[in-house]
This record gives sequence, C-alpha cells and structure tokens, in this order.
Amino acid sequence: MIRFDNVSKIYPRAGDHAALKNVTLRVNKGEFVFLTGPSGAGKSTILKMIYMDERPSQGDVRVSGYSSNDIKQRDIAKLRRRLGIVFQDFRLLEDRTAEQNVAFALEVTGAPRANIPNKVARALTQVGLASKATAFPKELSGGEQQRVAFARALVNDPFVLVADEPTGNLDERATRGIFQLLREINAAGTAVLMATHNLELVRSSDFRTIELNHGEIVFDSADAPVQFALDGED
Amino acid sequence: MPSFKTAFIAFRRAPLLSALSITTIAFSLFAFGLFGLVALNIRNALEKVEERVEIRAFIAEGTPLEDIAAAADEIKKYPEVSRVDIVTQEQALARAKTELGEFSDVFEGAFLPASLDVKLKDGHRDPTTVKRVADEVRARPFVDDIRFGEEWITQLYRLRNIAGVAGAALGLAFAAVAVIIIGATIRMAVLARSREISIMRLVGATDGFIRRPFLIEGAIKGVLGGLLALLLTYLAMRMLQQYLHFETAFFDDRLASIGILFGAMMGLLGSAVSVGRHLRKV
Repeated sequence: MIRFDNVSKIYPRAGDHAALKNVTLRVNKGEFVFLTGPSGAGKSTILKMIYMDERPSQGDVRVSGYSSNDIKQRDIAKLRRRLGIVFQDFRLLEDRTAEQNVAFALEVTGAPRANIPNKVARALTQVGLASKATAFPKELSGGEQQRVAFARALVNDPFVLVADEPTGNLDERATRGIFQLLREINAAGTAVLMATHNLELVRSSDFRTIELNHGEIVFDSADAPVQFALDGED
Repeated sequence: MPSFKTAFIAFRRAPLLSALSITTIAFSLFAFGLFGLVALNIRNALEKVEERVEIRAFIAEGTPLEDIAAAADEIKKYPEVSRVDIVTQEQALARAKTELGEFSDVFEGAFLPASLDVKLKDGHRDPTTVKRVADEVRARPFVDDIRFGEEWITQLYRLRNIAGVAGAALGLAFAAVAVIIIGATIRMAVLARSREISIMRLVGATDGFIRRPFLIEGAIKGVLGGLLALLLTYLAMRMLQQYLHFETAFFDDRLASIGILFGAMMGLLGSAVSVGRHLRKV
C-alpha cells in the first residue's frame, strides 16, 4: 500500500544535509504506525512524500500504485482524494462553519452536490461533532477544531490517514480524545500514519512504532518483537 | 457553475481590492483608448486627404481630341486607375474661374492647357504606384508635363506610417502595463486566498479547478474595466468636442467590442500568469 525503497531527500538549499537517508519501509493495509523522533528527524518529510508534496532525491515512493518517479500533477490530486491529511495547526477556513469546512473537501473534488450533505453529516457524527456543525472554527475548542479537520480528512473515505503531530497543539484531555478517535478510525479499517512527539501516547498502545533520527530509521518495532525502551527521546 | 460563484464571492469578499483592480484596468485601457481614438482620427483624416490624390497630365496644344480620348480609354484600363477625366482648355478655364473667384476677370482666352485627370483606386495611392502610373502617362508624346504632388504624397504616407508604428508600439506598451497591473491585483487576491488554495490542494483539487475562479475573476474584471474605459474615452471625446470644437469620430461597435474583448484577454492573461506562478511555488 505504501512503500519507500532506499529513499533519500537532500534539500539543495540546506547544503549537504540529508533530510532522509536510505529509508526503506512498508505500511500495510489497515495498519497503525507511529513515527517518532526529535524535531528535524525526517518525520514530516516522510509524510509529505506520502501525499507527494515532496519527491525523493533518490529512491522511489509508491502509494496506492502511484510512483513518485513518474506521477503527474493530475494524479497527485487524484491520489490525495484517497488520503486523509491532518496537521498540528488544523488548517481550517476561518470564514466557514464546521460543516462548510468538511463539505469544502467534497466540493473542490467535484463530488455530486446531492451527496454532500449526507456525507458531511456522517463524517461529523463519526468525530462526535454533529451538534456543532454550524459553529465557526473560532467558536470551537482546539480539540473540536482538530475533530473538524479529522472529519474533513475522513469525508472522502481515505484508505490511509496521514496525521502530522495532530495532538501537538492540544491539552492532555483533548489529546486522549483525539487518540481515541484515531483508534476508532483505524478499527474501522483505515490505516493511520501518525507523526508525534508524545511518547506517552506511543507507550500507551502496542501499535507499530518507527523511530527516526537524522533522517534514518533507527528503530522499527515491526523488526523487533520486543518493545525497545524509548527513554531519552523528547 | 461553482467557479462562477466562487469568482463572485471573491468580488464580494474584497470589494475594495476588486474596485481597485477594475479601476486600474480601466485606466490602462483608457490610455490605450485615447491613443486609439487619436490614431483612428488621424487615419480617417488621412483617408479623406488621400481620396484627393490624382495625377494631372497636361496636354500639348494642338493635340486632336480623338487622340486624347483614345489615350484616356487606354489609361482607364490600368488596374490601378479608377477614372480618367478629360479636361479641355475651356473646362480648365471655367474651373480656374470658379476656384479662384475673385480673380475671374484676369482669365481670358484659352491659355490654360487641356489635361487628363487620372484618379486612382483605393489601396493604389502609395507613392511608388502613383509615380509608376505617372511615368506611364508621361510616356505619351502629347503629354507636356505631369503633376502628382510627389513630395506631398511621400510626406503623407510617411506621416501615416509613423502614426501606425507609434500606435502599435504605444498600444503594446500600454497593454503590457495593463497585464502587469492585472497580474499584480490578481496576485493580491491569490495571496489573500493562499491558505484556501493550499487546503484545496491537500484535499485533492486539481490545478485547473483552483485556477478557474481566478481566471473568471480576471476576465470579469477585464470586461468591467474595458466598459469603464470605453465610458471614460467617450466622455473625454465629448469634452474635446465641446471645448475645442473638434469634430472627432468614435469607435464603432466592432472596435468597441474588440476593446472590451481585449480587456477580457488581458484580465485572463494577467490572472493566468499570477495563479500559475503561485501554483508552481506552493
């Protein structure tokens, strides 16, 4: 489903510094994977490569049959319709209500208008925000805003949810709520790839964990049946 | 059409910026329109003067009328010639008397030579053609002298060419300025919505879908700017007529529509460049 083969990424402006070095990994259907590691370790770069916002300098990234080596701009749009993407800063449109933000994802992909209200209501119910459908982002708490972002990511029925520090801006209670939501999404069959600094969250579950440092995979729990100690990492 | 709706929402959300765009487009097209109007009037004036271009061949005294008539028939067959008039000595005198009324007493007797007045067709009044036809007419033995205002025709044509070249150059410069201004205003609109654009891309909108409302917005601004410019040009012309008592022609419907279409094209081009640059960058 997602395959990285010997992927390296060098940003020309950052000198010789490699954001990723020879990364090889596979994410299977319906899997839940944590990406951990310090800032600048390459977590976000991996996620960006999955939604083809970045292309590798070397190697090949394959997502749902598309290869980073020959994917066309049009196909990138098609691929993204099958992915759900969530960020730390929510990225909601402030001048639209929760349901309008969710509907936006359907409107811009040319979904049939008649289906939009039902799909939006279903997604908002899934994230537990049906009662706040007409609220604007600034009327919602951080956790609620992130739920709107999740509803927007889920409304197109993605096969994988890519979440870049989704709990980074949230307090502990909201974090637990969002994590619970992610587990539910995953239980319903959607793969989840989540970059996080929150080791407590990682330890509280037995999901696969990939740890990155200086652009290299230094640990993958799929290769080591016994959970490594992750102490000492921020 | 959702793209049209988005374009109109953009107008409503940023009325000031939209008004600014339309006004700048209108002013650049207004400058273009003013110049166009000057060019149009120069051309009209030149055409009127041009119609008077003719070759007058003076006939030697004593040439039989039949010979002159035969020559006139021959000359009439030249592809460049529209008509040939035979002016006898008596007619020349009569003409001189009417044209120079106050000196009519001085004219007596048949001292003015007879002539062949040759008129040329439209599009054959350029100096080279006039000179060639004049030389052919001159080649006839009974032609004493020939007048066709060589100097005058050359000057007239030079003026027309200068007006044409200057018009094209200035027009292009104005058009380029207008495109840049439209590009800049659309760029402001694009930047104001860059967050929306980045989210659109993330959820899988195609570039064409993102571009479309901006192109429509640009085209609408171009058309509105064009209409405003047309109005301004018209008002400017009326003022010129009123205060300077200057008889001027205005653009006909066809030229006016071309102007508005040109505005729309500039709007489209400016938007396309702006949005394209933004989409390539993000």
